[in-house]
Amino acid sequence: MKKYLVIMHCSPHGSIHVQEQLDVILTLAAFDRPVSLLFLDAGVFQLLRGQSAEKYGYKQTVAVFDALALYDVDDLWIETESLREKGLVIDQLTLPVKPIARSGLHDFMSGFDVIFGS
Amino acid sequence: MKFAIQVNSSPYAGSAGDIAYQFVVAALSSGHRVVQIFFYFDAVYQALAAQTPPDDELQYTRRWRELAQQNNIDLVICISAAQRRGLLSSEEAARQNRTDQDLATGFRISGLGQLVEATISADRFIVFPST
Repeated sequence: MKKYLVIMHCSPHGSIHVQEQLDVILTLAAFDRPVSLLFLDAGVFQLLRGQSAEKYGYKQTVAVFDALALYDVDDLWIETESLREKGLVIDQLTLPVKPIARSGLHDFMSGFDVIFGS
Repeated sequence: MKFAIQVNSSPYAGSAGDIAYQFVVAALSSGHRVVQIFFYFDAVYQALAAQTPPDDELQYTRRWRELAQQNNIDLVICISAAQRRGLLSSEEAARQNRTDQDLATGFRISGLGQLVEATISADRFIVFPST
């Protein structure tokens, strides 16, 4: 079976992008496809603890990420350099994610058959 | 080789549609097959029927339609992305007691399941991102 990687590179509420990309992830899960996620660039903010999106009328996308484990989507990766560039540490995130260095991304991505980018 | 394509930007907000179009033309002329082009995010506007640009400009919806008809390509607009942006097929409009037919001829509306199925059956899946 093909292995899927979805790259999350947008900030949580800069546009509808994250919400619509989550719909792709949920559809892949509904089709029982193995899905991994990679957070990079501003995407590292997506899992940041303490967001209050509802206050501004947005959907709390971070809650959807929290629920992904129910659909067996729990292979989450985050790019070390992006995290550092945004001034974050892994402990500030709501879910356990595995760090991966930028230099390792090429080999990492080679391990997937289908990649959803931006 | 069998390709499935995803396009992510609207005609006037980015070049994803243009680049995807050129890619598809090149792939077909090299003897490959393109089974589906899936329009997601703001790319649902690629199918907006009422677009009437000046005659000497690109006619996006017509260009997609002709490409698809000549090469038997399924042009699929994501239903949730389209509804969110007010682009309704006549069936969907009727459900909301409206009379819209916003979808240009040659396109059809369907769900993300179509996208996933295309990635399963195609040899290569290529996303043309916004900007």
